[in-house]
Amino acid sequence: MGFPDRIERTVELAHPPAKVWAALTTAEGLGTWFGNEAAIDLRPGGLARMSWTGGPTAQMRVERVEEPRVFGFTWQIYGLPEGDPRRTYVEFTLEPAGAGTRLTVVESGFAQLPEDVHGKAFDGNTEGWAKELGELAGYLDAA
Amino acid sequence: MPPDVEALAEQVFAALADPSRRAILAALASGGPATATDLAGRLPITRQAIAKHLALLSEAGLVTAEPGERRRVRYRPRSAPMQVAQQFLAALARDWDSPLNALKDHLDRDAGEAGIPSAESEVMAERERRTA
Repeated sequence: MGFPDRIERTVELAHPPAKVWAALTTAEGLGTWFGNEAAIDLRPGGLARMSWTGGPTAQMRVERVEEPRVFGFTWQIYGLPEGDPRRTYVEFTLEPAGAGTRLTVVESGFAQLPEDVHGKAFDGNTEGWAKELGELAGYLDAA
Repeated sequence: MPPDVEALAEQVFAALADPSRRAILAALASGGPATATDLAGRLPITRQAIAKHLALLSEAGLVTAEPGERRRVRYRPRSAPMQVAQQFLAALARDWDSPLNALKDHLDRDAGEAGIPSAESEVMAERERRTA
């Protein structure tokens, strides 16, 4: 099977879990090493945002907060149109390793299928435009 | 039966591997629904070849034939399979290595600022003293 559903990386960091946790879960941390600016409401269901100067903004939804071991959030699949509802789940796991931390990041959900791949909702773009243009024509005819 | 992502992605990439089919899909995406005859007028491809490609694209679900009289059938592009293929590309394009390296640097730099002596910061401080 060639379609990767999950991506996994592990790094050893020479800093204790509490420090790594702060870098991952605070606006100061995220806005320094990951994005250029960040905001986060750190609780399950809370929203977070990261932006890159002159670049994109990522909207995240916090899913798991188990200090200082597990931090998980979902975000939009990179490269899909903004209104697309599909999201991947990113989970950071922190394990003490000597004086430092073993950090694992898993991003999963790349191979998910939209509910209705053969259905109407999916042809949204084409049909949406045809419909909008039809409505515009109707509006102009009536005027 | 739920469609298989792998199979859908394969159809999209097989369709896109051919330059004529790419040209046909590009023409439909930019200009909207068109008949085989319209497309033959716009592209350097014979009508017969276009009809053959459209049949293949339609079988793969990448275009849909609108109901109509035989020669007047218009084809329109379907985005659903493309969006599945985009997910495959998104997985390939996802780069965790750079941010994780940046995290490592961030933590190390932070530790340096907090007063933990490091050979590198001493050298920097010495250099600053000399240039000042």
